[in-house]
Amino acid sequence: MKLSLGPLLYYWPRAAVLTFYEQIALSAVSTVYLGEIVCSRRHELRRTDWLDLARDLAAAGKEVVLSTPVLIESESDLKAMRRVVDNGSCAVEANDMGAVRLLSGKGRFIAGPHLNVYNPHTLAFLAGLGAQRWVAPVEMTRDMLADMVKAAPAEMETEVFGYGRLPLAHSARCFTARRNNLPKDDCRFTCMEHPDGLALDTREGEPFIALNGVQTQSALVHTLCTELNAVEQMGVGVVRISPQSKFTLQVIKLFAARMEGVVSPAEAATELEGLAPAPLCNGYWYGKPGHDLIEARS
Amino acid sequence: MNTVSMPGRRIQLVCPAGNLPSLRAAVDGGADAVYMGLRDNTNARAFGGLNFDLKSAREGVQYAHAHGAKVLMAINTYPQAATWTRWTDAIDTAVTLGIDAVIVADPGLMAYARKRHPGLRLHLSVQGSATNYEAINFYREHFDVQRAVLPRVLSLEQVEQVVRNTPVEIEVFGFGSLCVMVEGRCALSSYVTGEAPNLAGVCSPAKAVRWEPHADGLEARLDGMLIDKYAPGEHAAYPTVCKGRFKAGDDVYYAIEEPASLNAMELLPRLVAMGIAAIKIEGRQRSPSYVATVTRVWRAAIDEVQRTGTIAPHPECEHALRRVAEGQTHTLGAYHRPWK
Repeated sequence: MKLSLGPLLYYWPRAAVLTFYEQIALSAVSTVYLGEIVCSRRHELRRTDWLDLARDLAAAGKEVVLSTPVLIESESDLKAMRRVVDNGSCAVEANDMGAVRLLSGKGRFIAGPHLNVYNPHTLAFLAGLGAQRWVAPVEMTRDMLADMVKAAPAEMETEVFGYGRLPLAHSARCFTARRNNLPKDDCRFTCMEHPDGLALDTREGEPFIALNGVQTQSALVHTLCTELNAVEQMGVGVVRISPQSKFTLQVIKLFAARMEGVVSPAEAATELEGLAPAPLCNGYWYGKPGHDLIEARS
Repeated sequence: MNTVSMPGRRIQLVCPAGNLPSLRAAVDGGADAVYMGLRDNTNARAFGGLNFDLKSAREGVQYAHAHGAKVLMAINTYPQAATWTRWTDAIDTAVTLGIDAVIVADPGLMAYARKRHPGLRLHLSVQGSATNYEAINFYREHFDVQRAVLPRVLSLEQVEQVVRNTPVEIEVFGFGSLCVMVEGRCALSSYVTGEAPNLAGVCSPAKAVRWEPHADGLEARLDGMLIDKYAPGEHAAYPTVCKGRFKAGDDVYYAIEEPASLNAMELLPRLVAMGIAAIKIEGRQRSPSYVATVTRVWRAAIDEVQRTGTIAPHPECEHALRRVAEGQTHTLGAYHRPWK
């Protein structure tokens, strides 16, 4: 089983992004997903910057994948998506069926977590078009995933979301701009003030959701850190770490240590609590509400 | 008043049928088509007491067809390996019943339907999250999808761009409850309750809702989580996560949206002119009288636009629609760019 770094979901200053990926180049992840997938207005890194990063990370021995945007509304969104698809050097993660259309029959691609692949028939269909890896939707339970892996076509690799605030929903509306009483067209990029999203509590003070522009995330931090043995036994090939603004490198180290068996699940859970930007959850894995935290039995 | 050139083709009115009385109300009110679902989680309104068993479905199809209306069956949730045959059975059942088209979201299920029932008409559900013509054309190329229902996130200009670039018929929402999130890409409900539209066909399921009256107001909870609290006399909305009030620092506010419902009637002339094939009315979970009122008003509006190319203000219709909108204000939603 390998580790991957998912696409950066937040809007960080350019220098912070570049420094972050310099460190990632030296980390234990095998695969790095790159690109802006949440909001087409964000521009700290241009297309050529992402491609430069891709080249540097590939030179450092990483498999580099460019991810396509989740929500495509306008003709310019389509153009941006086509440029990712036609990048000419890196594999592509498709997060919209429009991207799948353009990738079909052109070799290997990755079916991203936003494609709603929930059964082996859909997975086989995508395999026929060239998908060689798929990322399970966040709602998928361990039982559903076990069925999927068992029935997956040969050569199909399975990836799961292993750490980070869960991307739960996407909208045409920007909720960070809304928070600041700004229209989306004149948002002033206030999402940059929230490097892990803008966390909201219920009126009773319970951590609830995090606003990340047009994306809504869980406030709690999902993790399969204590479930990694079960995940590996099931036949999952890749575990995804989603970047958070602090301690992502330490989280990668911790997951790597867990996979090598040098840290116990209990030790890992305790350490992770100190690294995550909010309390942990893993309910989806167990078929429970996503915000639940269930203690691993394995 | 909006004036447009006369439309080239007739725009269809597609109305919700949560049960037989609603189906009759829609047909009697002049719906060109009704959409319905079976009594299980194969459709995105899998609510207790709603939907059709075989007997009522047969009766409904007969009634609609006898009155010249089509029947569409929503089989628009995502089947899983362990429950796959429930969804394929639903497809087979639709064919047996003489349903005119099935509304589907899952590619695997579309492949099944296309192979097993080559003549069956497929509509791409809003749950399929297809917001652009590349995606819609993808479903056409692989499964010969005849119509696509657009998620409620596109501006009018973006809708037009889709229509211009696909031969697939386009259906858009005209009226009813508003999803602020892209349909098919929202797991907020399952994050809190364990069940959401994609897999369970529900959003904020009734069994997870608890209303707790207190001296200082009414609390609306979803699986224990406080979604909102209403002062005495304040209008209380059903506690879906996206319509709750939450705290950012010391501020308590509607973080995602204020409860509002969609009414795109004033855009009807433009929708007709751009070649939209059908207008969908949301609300299978609503009462037969809601269906009757909304169908009647929209039928008259569509007929007026088809006849004259324009729509004049009708205060009494506006009033009738407001009355059924559950005390919520009306919005043009994403069709109107500033909403975003």
